[in-house]
Amino acid sequence: MKNRLKVLRAERDWTQAQLAEALEVSRQTINAIEKGKFDPSLPLAFKAARLFKLPIEDIFDDEVETK
Amino acid sequence: MTKQDCEQSSYQTKNNANTKSLRNWTMVWVVTMAIAAFAPRFIWDFNTSLTIITLLVNLAVGFRMLVANRDYLRGLDEMQQKILFDAMAVTLGVGLVVGLSYELLEDIKLIAFEPEISHLIIVMCLTNLTAIIAGHRKYR
Repeated sequence: MKNRLKVLRAERDWTQAQLAEALEVSRQTINAIEKGKFDPSLPLAFKAARLFKLPIEDIFDDEVETK
Repeated sequence: MTKQDCEQSSYQTKNNANTKSLRNWTMVWVVTMAIAAFAPRFIWDFNTSLTIITLLVNLAVGFRMLVANRDYLRGLDEMQQKILFDAMAVTLGVGLVVGLSYELLEDIKLIAFEPEISHLIIVMCLTNLTAIIAGHRKYR
């Protein structure tokens, strides 16, 4: 699953640690999600959407990431 | 969000507290296990009452350690939980397969000694450790 987490985080000048704290997960989890190695659960995806004040589909895309 | 906020991350704080609790209860459990194993022979000459009390204390501490482990797992985020659950699944499978085969070795006279449960526990610990490391590398 593709996502714009890294871009959105950079736009707000947040570190991975700061985003992790806001979403109450580990920094490693944020890193794995940004790299497309781990797909977040629906509750975590909604939490991210609320944090960025965006619709969930503006952050996460069902399309498989090509490496 | 400031750096100071990060340092006071509730996730990290909770996680650290759960880790410390699990570590402490594991250490207490190991100590009570050692007392239950060696004290009857070396300290109170197999006094039945003392031995039973020690065993009951060991069991109670063991259950408290399980509760601490449950709290630790529940406190982790979803990716960390997945890594540990996957590692546990591998460990359970390896433990079952290796354990039964190991037990069979003596029955079919391929080894002369009686299989020890401690050997199986060592295999399970090493499997768990390897699986956790592999899990972390997978999501790195």
